[in-house]
Amino acid sequence: MSALTDRLDACRAEGRAALVGYLPVGYPDVETSIAAMRVLVEAGCDVVEVGPPYSDPVLDGPVIQHAAARALEGGVTVDDAFVAVRAVAEAGAVPVVMSYANLMLQRGWSRFAHDLRDAGGAGVITPDLTPDAAPEWVSAAREAEVDTIFLVAPSTTRERMQLTCDASTGFVYATPLMGVTGERTSVGDAAQRVVRGAREAGAERVCIGVGVSTGEQAAEIAGFADGVIVGTAFVRALGDEGDLERLRAKVAELADGVRSAR
Amino acid sequence: MTESLQEAPGPYFGEFGGRFVPEALMAALDELTDAYDKARIDPEFTGELERLARDYTGRPSIVTEVPRFAAHCGGARVLLKREDLNHTGSHKINNVLGQALLTKRLGKSRVIAETGAGQHGVATATAAALMGLDCVIYMGEEDTERQSLNVARMRLLGAEVIPVATGTRTLRDAINEAFRDWVANVETTNYVFGTAAGPHPFPAMVRDFQRVISVEARAQMLELGGLPDAVLACVGGGSNAIGSFDAFLDDRDVRLIGCEAAGDGVETGRHAATLTGGRPGILHGSMSYILQDEDGQTQPSHSISAGLDYPGVGPEHTWLSSIGRAEYWPVTDAEAMEAFRLLTRTEGILPAIESAHALAGAIRLGRELGPEATLLVTLSGRGDKDVEQAARWFEMLPEGDE
Repeated sequence: MSALTDRLDACRAEGRAALVGYLPVGYPDVETSIAAMRVLVEAGCDVVEVGPPYSDPVLDGPVIQHAAARALEGGVTVDDAFVAVRAVAEAGAVPVVMSYANLMLQRGWSRFAHDLRDAGGAGVITPDLTPDAAPEWVSAAREAEVDTIFLVAPSTTRERMQLTCDASTGFVYATPLMGVTGERTSVGDAAQRVVRGAREAGAERVCIGVGVSTGEQAAEIAGFADGVIVGTAFVRALGDEGDLERLRAKVAELADGVRSAR
Repeated sequence: MTESLQEAPGPYFGEFGGRFVPEALMAALDELTDAYDKARIDPEFTGELERLARDYTGRPSIVTEVPRFAAHCGGARVLLKREDLNHTGSHKINNVLGQALLTKRLGKSRVIAETGAGQHGVATATAAALMGLDCVIYMGEEDTERQSLNVARMRLLGAEVIPVATGTRTLRDAINEAFRDWVANVETTNYVFGTAAGPHPFPAMVRDFQRVISVEARAQMLELGGLPDAVLACVGGGSNAIGSFDAFLDDRDVRLIGCEAAGDGVETGRHAATLTGGRPGILHGSMSYILQDEDGQTQPSHSISAGLDYPGVGPEHTWLSSIGRAEYWPVTDAEAMEAFRLLTRTEGILPAIESAHALAGAIRLGRELGPEATLLVTLSGRGDKDVEQAARWFEMLPEGDE
């Protein structure tokens, strides 16, 4: 059990899915990005995914690529991500980090886990690290009591689904579509199939990410998943100008969505 | 007897290599590994590949002794393994034909590839035309400008060329974009990776397809009087170098020297000499050396040669370096261009600027070892694509053309 599973279970007890919001730290600048994460919490996100920008984000689409590049030009560092994690925790949501593997490796698997724990973070989502690729990370995270959140995809075989769900703590991150992060018009059927596969492999909590951008989609997904993860739509709402009110309105729309299912 | 170093199977070479990719690609990589493991021992596959190598690529490639160039290498005996004479003008075709045949075995109809100088893109577009596959090539925008002739060649061959305008607008960004395409289209699409880097099975598979360079060269050298004292090849990702080294790995008296692009000089920070100036990290699916900052952000690389302008290197090279079996030397733009000029003027052979880095290594080593030494240099590609850039470097363009 962790702060993350407690929060997901509390949402379930309210008869709804959790809303998980992603933002890259440092976009459009460090201060505004942290203010934006507070807005996520105030407007209804239960969990906030803090993304340290990475120079080669192979699983991200153009919107998040642009934000990451802009943040790196502004001089953001991995240290800033831990400052953001602390701010999210203080604002009352559960912070997790979504990080590409090399940033973790360079800090050291164990130091990354401990720094996260010390900042009040609950877990790490690893888009380019599967459990079989990084036993060092899994053991460092276990030792620091940090959740290891791995991804599953429509192409995931039954065998790998089992492996990934067994190694995931906190929740399993299911991507309903093949492709990079970004907005899609429809996510329904494929999302249900991936969630079913993960549940059959024993996953207790499954959140859906990649492609969700509207309250309507969130409501649909909230009908069968434990959480709805939104990134690109929030990054777009925040924009280069750092429009916190436009962001707040978008978060409120999605927060209504997860509450209006069933 | 020590254990053979040849044909190391991966996924790990020592502590380097592996597979660090999104889960969405794992099934495709497993499928590819499985198909390749079956194909490599299937006489139908190996026979077809041999036939194509002979009747299409023009293998075996010859070895040319270059005495007038060698006079500038301390009088050492210098021989070139002529991959520049292959169909499409570089070693890239060796790998591409193998991977395109595999694509057909996988029942897929579309190939994607990244390219830096355009050589791998041209080779992939060629194989796609030959085998009736749809083909999309990702190329950094800066490289499409440096190598506009190759862009036209790919388009003439029927490929769609997509300039990549993100990041540093070079090879590394082209690879990122190709991975994104693959994640989205993996059911119909095979990623024909161009170098001996990336996630397993690419480093071992690309090495196997390029191994023909050293297998032929070793036999050719024995016929010409004996094994060379050293084998030299240029290293970006390192496919021609690993192909040039593999059959010599167990000949412990043969020095293996990879020539990395040192750009303006490693000390300036403007270079692409990953093994000289980098440290271990994860990039593009494998653990190897990379040029990176303290946090692990990949640093931009710099080289006059688009094909070597890459901040990573194949994991097997990192391993060979770590165990001391191969050496990796930095070669600056200026040294490479001087070697380019020398070979062209003394032998009438116009090398690719990439390959000129290996020639520069031979000049340095020959002067060190003297006339008793025999050096085998892989001429990985021809320089037709580089004529404009070289003419600009040597200020040979008519005035007013700039």
